Amino acid sequence: MHPAPSVIFFSTFSGLGFGLLFFLGLGFPGVTGWTAFAFFTIAYLLAVGGLISSTFHLGHPERALKAFSQWRSSWLSREGWCAVAALVIMALYGVGLVFFDARWTLLGILGAILSIGTVFTTAMIYGQLKTIPRWNISLTPAYFLSISIAGGALMAGQVTWAIALLVIAGAIQLATWMIGDKAFATSGTDMASATQLGNIGTVRAFEPPHTGTNYLLREFVHVIGRKHAQKLRVIAIGLMAVLPVVLLLLPFNHFIALIAVLAHVAGVLASRWLFFAQAEHVVGLYYGKR
Amino acid sequence: MTTLPQTTEKKLGLVIDLDTCVGCHACVISCKGWNTENYGAPLSDQDPYGAEPSGTFLNRVHSFEVQPPQGEAQLIHFPKSCLHCEDAPCVTVCPTGASYKRVEDGIVLVNESDCIGCGLCAWACPYGAREMDAQEKVMKKCTLCVDRIYNENLPEIDREPTCVRTCPAGARHFGDLGDPDSAVSQLVAERGGVDLMPEQGTKPVNKYLPPRPKDALPEFDVLAPFLEPVIAEPKGFLGWLDKALEKI
Repeated sequence: MHPAPSVIFFSTFSGLGFGLLFFLGLGFPGVTGWTAFAFFTIAYLLAVGGLISSTFHLGHPERALKAFSQWRSSWLSREGWCAVAALVIMALYGVGLVFFDARWTLLGILGAILSIGTVFTTAMIYGQLKTIPRWNISLTPAYFLSISIAGGALMAGQVTWAIALLVIAGAIQLATWMIGDKAFATSGTDMASATQLGNIGTVRAFEPPHTGTNYLLREFVHVIGRKHAQKLRVIAIGLMAVLPVVLLLLPFNHFIALIAVLAHVAGVLASRWLFFAQAEHVVGLYYGKR
Repeated sequence: MTTLPQTTEKKLGLVIDLDTCVGCHACVISCKGWNTENYGAPLSDQDPYGAEPSGTFLNRVHSFEVQPPQGEAQLIHFPKSCLHCEDAPCVTVCPTGASYKRVEDGIVLVNESDCIGCGLCAWACPYGAREMDAQEKVMKKCTLCVDRIYNENLPEIDREPTCVRTCPAGARHFGDLGDPDSAVSQLVAERGGVDLMPEQGTKPVNKYLPPRPKDALPEFDVLAPFLEPVIAEPKGFLGWLDKALEKI
């Protein structure tokens, strides 16, 4: 799949922002007043910034409101509803904390559930696609959720939780890679099933439909950079999980915490780039490519 | 509404005969010609006369080489367009309701004025049947020539998809695949028509007729053993040259 920067930034930063909102909603850290204002500002900048970035890959962003209409069937529409509901509820909850020094617990819990629900709907947009076997596994929502919650704990300064959740996120990331690497081969879709010519003999793509490229090849057959995938995986997991955990185990200070956050974000960006760049769409089979 | 209808009154679709297709791409050209100036946004080209031409097509013809365990390789031309699936994954993922499957005839269409150009439907389609137009930024796909098949301004003979009308080899057939007595359904039954990527669970309406088995030519003419054999050993100058070269 073509790794579009807008979608990589969106899923990384809004995941982090909603992860932070999840912890704020549950009351960790139990901040009020201007400290709460600072935490909520950071969370909203990340979550809303990510959402705005996701509209950059739309052909007609001016029609984006129409995307709220099909929540019955479409995970993308559900994501829109979840995101707006989470942001509205958490804003009300934040108003209580910042201006009235009041913790409306139930509202916070509801906001936390909606925040994490938004990350789940994002994951399901990818996880539902049978056409991309690497994504069509139950680990895909686990991958998005674990990184979002671990990043949220890190941002919220919940050191003990952050260490445990980063280790879990790292483990799920490794499992996602190991199972994802085999997913295409075990999906049952190959050139024989795509062409239904396998009972005659071995099928090979002889000539593409056109001499030039096309939308399908640009969007779905991305092979550039895959050769560095193994190195990038080491970099991704090192920055995303290993380094932040090591830094958090050191005596706490705010500078080390900042480095841990920056390393985590860089690692998640690399991981998300790989998530797209390594994903192979079955339509590539018609072009003899993966 | 992007939830799929439980059933459709008809299942209009195409039957494509891989035994007959000669790979001339006439269907590709007629499709582009008709659909760029009728239903919906035109099918744009980028850099059409330059170094890197690219454009939107609703129908593309691939060519595959198939090597049987024994005998000669076969070349099979393979037209591919929207299969108007009964369980169309492209429809259910659409967030705006721009994509829909018609209850009356099963045709999968895009309402372009509702399309936000997110591209998710193209991601969901295993067949590469949907292409985002780079100029109009909306999703384009085969309409089964919905503006021809019911068009009473056209002579009756032209009221079929333009790819079918154009095919010089008779490799494309159009009809109601939901009616077991229709000509296309009988053709599918007779020739063992198949679904592409059945494991994807899309239940395509369009069917593909596999190539018929090739005639096997005998190794040699039945009279060959009675004929004078071709001289195996060269004589004269060539014979001398052959021996001389052998010795070197």
